[in-house]
Amino acid sequence: MEVGSLTLEELKKKAIDLRESAVTMVYKAQSGHPGGSLSAADFVTALYFNEMNIDPENPDWEDRDRFVLSKGHVAPIQYAALAHKGFVPLETINTLREYKSPFQGHPDSKKCPGIDISTGSLGQGLSCAVGMALGGKLDEKSYRVFAVLGDGECQEGQIWEAAQSAVKYELDNLVVFVDDNGLQIDGPTEEIMPNGDLEKKFEVFGFETNRINGHSMEEVLEALDQVRDAKNGKPKCIICNTVKGKGVSFMENVVGWHGKAPNEEQYELAMEELARGLNV
Amino acid sequence: MTVMNLKSNEKKATREAFGDEIAELGKNKNILVVDADIGGSCKTTKFMNAFPKQHVNVGIAEQNAAGLAAGLATTGKIPFVSTYAVFGSLRMAEQIRQEVCYPNLNVKIACSHGGLTPANDGGSHQAIEDMGVLRTFPNMKVIMGADYHSTRKLVKQAAEIYGPVFLRFTRDTIPIIYDENEEFEIGKAKQLKDGKDIALIANGDTVHLAIQAAEILENKGISVKLLDMHTIKPIDREAILECIEIGKIVTVEDHNIINGLGSAVSEIVAEQGEGIVRRVGVQDQFGESAPYEKLLEINGITVENIVNKAEEIL
Ligand SMILES: Cc1ncc(C[n+]2csc(CCOP(=O)(O)OP(=O)(O)O)c2C)c(N)n1
Ligand SMILES: [Mg+2]
Repeated sequence: MEVGSLTLEELKKKAIDLRESAVTMVYKAQSGHPGGSLSAADFVTALYFNEMNIDPENPDWEDRDRFVLSKGHVAPIQYAALAHKGFVPLETINTLREYKSPFQGHPDSKKCPGIDISTGSLGQGLSCAVGMALGGKLDEKSYRVFAVLGDGECQEGQIWEAAQSAVKYELDNLVVFVDDNGLQIDGPTEEIMPNGDLEKKFEVFGFETNRINGHSMEEVLEALDQVRDAKNGKPKCIICNTVKGKGVSFMENVVGWHGKAPNEEQYELAMEELARGLNV
Repeated sequence: MTVMNLKSNEKKATREAFGDEIAELGKNKNILVVDADIGGSCKTTKFMNAFPKQHVNVGIAEQNAAGLAAGLATTGKIPFVSTYAVFGSLRMAEQIRQEVCYPNLNVKIACSHGGLTPANDGGSHQAIEDMGVLRTFPNMKVIMGADYHSTRKLVKQAAEIYGPVFLRFTRDTIPIIYDENEEFEIGKAKQLKDGKDIALIANGDTVHLAIQAAEILENKGISVKLLDMHTIKPIDREAILECIEIGKIVTVEDHNIINGLGSAVSEIVAEQGEGIVRRVGVQDQFGESAPYEKLLEINGITVENIVNKAEEIL
């Protein structure tokens, strides 16, 4: 098992590679969700290429770390990670949303290796992550569970039902990332349904919380360092300040790029910009 | 009325019909829309812009939307909760049961992305059991129009009658079948054609397939009775009894063959103790990402298969 084999610079480059693949997927499918894929790209890269104990050769390995994409619509970024990691052939990125593709519109654990549970209906994934973490505790296993939530998704009541159970069962093997990009489908989260202070909310529920710049690979890695060995009986929550569409200027912070595919010209522009790297 | 030909080639998604009609209905100050962060997609933006005070967006919180709508209804409002069919039937199912249907409140659940129409989103988003689930709630009416014009009429009527109604729309475009002046009545099947050898009963986005199948059968010299059963509850018992007189029935729906139109028709046929039914619809399997037409084909929801099923029992 190789963990921590990439340098910081290589990780940053990898996050760009994943962004390129995610945007390419959506372009080829002419359908899918680029905005929230790009905002989640950096911490998803850190998890898949530096943190998680996983084995592409043995995707169902029972001691593996688990990953739950609770905001399942951003499947393209997870698919990019799985393809680059070798869970599926790289060419699979040309088949997003096609008949018989492992890359379904939303993650499907029956069709794609490396997907620990199917998601797509918002608000439900965190409960599943809690169950996985509790199962690990019951079996005295040392694996951890990582869940990714959207800021809009945190409006679902079930998120808070899951949160209270994670606290009750002292699931310090659970790490929740909130991709706080400030936008949902109908507009800015602040306008559609304000979340209030998400960090405080998770904290009063009993989580160990942290808020970071979700596009700074350094901050993401540091935050992961902090929670790695914190066996203090508390579930962890890392709230990431992010920009929806990050890395493609015309998609950045634009509500309309939530679930829209670029045309040819936009696609080429996006690829050019991504090749230049991120402004963090 | 004779079988409409589909020559006009005009197509429209029925979610557009909801959007256009609700924007008219908003002139009544008691009509409200309760959105759950997919107003753009469910076509309520026009309503929101025209009647901002009558528009509520609860964010991504469907269960809250249903309960909140029930509360609004107790104050004399007529809320239309707008979301995708999979969430509007299943995520809020118990809130609809306990707080809308049980107290029999005047709440309408208006859902886009019915059936297999959210095709490339995949199985998680395709609502194949929505009408069936809601059909089992007492007081609930369950409706899916077959085209843009009929859907507008049915939405309008849903606003006019008292009580819970579930309305289901297509995400994708489907052919326009009816003239815009055609009238529709909730609970009353629309007869597109009378006949004496076989009855085809379809609803929603499959009616145009049944029309084409009827044409093929007629060309083979088979006399077809064709019904658009837009309301599966309360089902038009009289119309089904007439089909039972013919004795041979094929039902067609973009829904699981369990508990949808086919089941509703079969219940009456079984009670009568005569007649035979073949059900065309989703074969009790989850969908997947694929073009909409491909998904229909996988399930045998095709003109060819409707003809085959009819010939099987003729
Ligand atoms: C239960 C449920 N309701 C509605 C949707 C439709 N939907 C898909 S994405 C989305 C907005 C998500 O916003 P957010 O959680 O902030 O995600 P991000 O900004 O990262 O894309 C909505 C409402 C859904 N998938 N599931
Ligand atoms: Mg967001």
